[in-house]
Amino acid sequence: MESILPLLGAGLLEAVQPLNFLMILLGCTIGLMVGAMPGLGSVNGVAILLPITFLVPPTAAIIFLAAIYYGAMYGGAISSITLGIPGASTAVATVFDGRPMAQAGKADKALTAAAVASFIGGTISVVLFTLFAPPLAVLALKFGPVEEFALMVLAFATFIGLGGDDIPKTIFSILIGLVLATVGLDIISGQPRLIFGDIPGFLHGINFLVLAIGIYGIGEMLWTLESSQGKITVHKVRMSLGILLGNLKDVKEYIKTTSLGSMIGFFVGTLPAAGATPASLMSYGLAKTFSKDPESFGKGNVAGVAAPEAGNNAASTGSMLPMITLGIPGSPTTAILLGGMIIWGLRPGPLLFTEHPGFVWGLIGSLYIANLVTLLINLAFIPLFVRVLTIPFSILAPVIYILCVVGGYAPTQTMHDVWLMFLFGVVGYLLRKLNYPVAPAVLAIVLGPLAERSLRQSLISSHGDPLIFVERPISAICIALGVALILYPVIKKRLNRKKQAA
Amino acid sequence: MKKIAKTLMLTAVISMAFTVTAFAPKAQAWEPKKPVEFIIMAGAGGGADQIARLLQGLIEQKDLSPRPFIPINKPGGSGGEALLYLQGKAGDDHTVLVTLNSFYTTPVIQDIGVDVSNFTPIGRMALDNFLLWVHSDMADITDLDSYVAAVKAAGGKWKVGGTGSGQEDSILTAMMEKEFGYEVTYIPFPGGGTVAKNLVGKHIDSTVNNPAEQSEFHRAGNTKPLVQFTAERLPAYPDTPTAKELGVDMQYYMQRSINGPPGMSAEAQEWYINLFKTLFDSEEWQTFCTDDGLACDTWLAGSDLGEYHASQIMLHKELIESVGSSAITGE
Repeated sequence: MESILPLLGAGLLEAVQPLNFLMILLGCTIGLMVGAMPGLGSVNGVAILLPITFLVPPTAAIIFLAAIYYGAMYGGAISSITLGIPGASTAVATVFDGRPMAQAGKADKALTAAAVASFIGGTISVVLFTLFAPPLAVLALKFGPVEEFALMVLAFATFIGLGGDDIPKTIFSILIGLVLATVGLDIISGQPRLIFGDIPGFLHGINFLVLAIGIYGIGEMLWTLESSQGKITVHKVRMSLGILLGNLKDVKEYIKTTSLGSMIGFFVGTLPAAGATPASLMSYGLAKTFSKDPESFGKGNVAGVAAPEAGNNAASTGSMLPMITLGIPGSPTTAILLGGMIIWGLRPGPLLFTEHPGFVWGLIGSLYIANLVTLLINLAFIPLFVRVLTIPFSILAPVIYILCVVGGYAPTQTMHDVWLMFLFGVVGYLLRKLNYPVAPAVLAIVLGPLAERSLRQSLISSHGDPLIFVERPISAICIALGVALILYPVIKKRLNRKKQAA
Repeated sequence: MKKIAKTLMLTAVISMAFTVTAFAPKAQAWEPKKPVEFIIMAGAGGGADQIARLLQGLIEQKDLSPRPFIPINKPGGSGGEALLYLQGKAGDDHTVLVTLNSFYTTPVIQDIGVDVSNFTPIGRMALDNFLLWVHSDMADITDLDSYVAAVKAAGGKWKVGGTGSGQEDSILTAMMEKEFGYEVTYIPFPGGGTVAKNLVGKHIDSTVNNPAEQSEFHRAGNTKPLVQFTAERLPAYPDTPTAKELGVDMQYYMQRSINGPPGMSAEAQEWYINLFKTLFDSEEWQTFCTDDGLACDTWLAGSDLGEYHASQIMLHKELIESVGSSAITGE
């Protein structure tokens, strides 16, 4: 503990040096914009701006890129809330409650909650990072295929175990997502699966963002067209410093879920291969499960906005841990950061902490500062973002439509995915009309490939013996927690009934 | 007066425009007109990925291309996804692929209908090497003999991690199974970086990783190399014997080359050859090769690389036949 403080102090000093501080300011602002644009996630932002970093020293460079990554996590929430299109895959869960809040005229509340939750998530996460980086790196190593699969079971449990929803419909939705997740080349044998004859566009699988933008962007637009019947609805927007401060006070409504989501997010982020998207979805699922009022989720509960935002910011910090200590990226964006480090002549790995303390602690210090900076920038911009909602729907609809097409095209740059996105949009609209929850399908397509791979790897290594999942302690704990989560709503109902009877 | 001035100006502008268009095509050779997709046929963090990102960085740093190179990982199906993608880009001048040996093996093992001899060869950047690695905690295993004894004692339950059926490490694993008469359980992971992590976390018992993927863990004392499958000991690993020294003539290399899709225009091919030759000769690249145990002394480009590919395809077909493709796919 005593050895950490001086290092952290030096790191913070490093981060507030003029050049580095400028990099944080620039990075956070660019990140915010990049994150807010559908289809331009932190991955693209960091990849495009990587070359610029050759002009500055490595520490300033990583600070810049980390700030973009960070800012994008905040920014993703903006289009999720105001337009109903996820700005990035990490902000999909933010749409669930963010969009209904905006439609109810509470966009300012949602945006403030997103910014504050992101700040809390990021800060808790960077504190955990500072205190426990070396032991957590050891824990990350303990996660092999068996533990990864058990974690996926736990992730699914957070969604099946939601009380209130129609359970058979939820399971149906998950299964549809899982089937969609198997499309493409098989991970183990390399054979093509479910490519519908021989459509080459399916070989790379179904991109998760294509599904999410289709369902939430296009589907939502169809829904609004139907429900508004051409009546142009303009939201009333009121914004002042007083209201902003009032919104900040709402923090007590979601501080509990935010803290839980931050821990989950950080932990999931530290595991290589998972990343911020599953973290934000799990955080949302847990928030709903443990809420006193799960019925209100999906209809504009402020905790439903705060939880995923805390989760994704915490995870983005968490995913820096395997990058620095193991040289393995915890998310697609950190994969690019990793490439940058190699170019700057820094070898990420177990020795980076001891051999380049200035670099590592400068980065950690910058995360503290970046958090604060992004929060302030974000809060300052909220009045501007909210104004988007005052645009008449007849103008906004084509804009949303164009952003959806761009967002669907950008990840793989094939028209195939754009058509697929429209298809998902129509299907998503129909599912919604029939009262099917679509969020579980979205979760399944994110987690499906991870779960399938780790399941098959585990069974290969155990020669087909499923007991391997309960024989290993970490895996057994995750599975037990997962089962408990699935049973939780049932038990809660029983208990409530008993209480009423008594 | 104003009108005349305007007309004069207009004439001047138009004639200038004509002169520019008349001279421009001669002075300018082919250059990328949009961002170049830099396809990696393996996952993030592995050897090919590190190389692609280093090259991309050097291209930007040295301002060698008017348009950026964008690395895209397509690791699915032992690189099959990337090969199909490139085949689908036939005639495209803005896509290049950085290869592993699965460039040769995947089309042989999997029926994906890709003939890589149609691809446009650009340049061979390096030959990568293979070493056999185990966790440092395995005190009983100190050399090849004790390794073979341990694997045999495990009776087929010895877990070897790799990057996928048909990838080079699975071929080397199959070659070893045949040579030493044992069987192992082969577990595929997405990318050499993940394999290395799983060895350090003891989820697998051994791997044949490239030096780049293990060097940091080795420096940290987590893993140790037992044998190198090279002709001579690598400068970075002077204390590890080669298989040849131990009386087992097993050598295997992996080429790291850059290739375009089938039917790339000759002008574009030439531009890429010049670009990657510049990178190959750069100090940064040569330093990277030395540090990471890659061999980067011979530059092969264009048709020479095409001939090299042809001979390697033959070699891999023979190798796969001799060990049996089922030994590699583990079916």
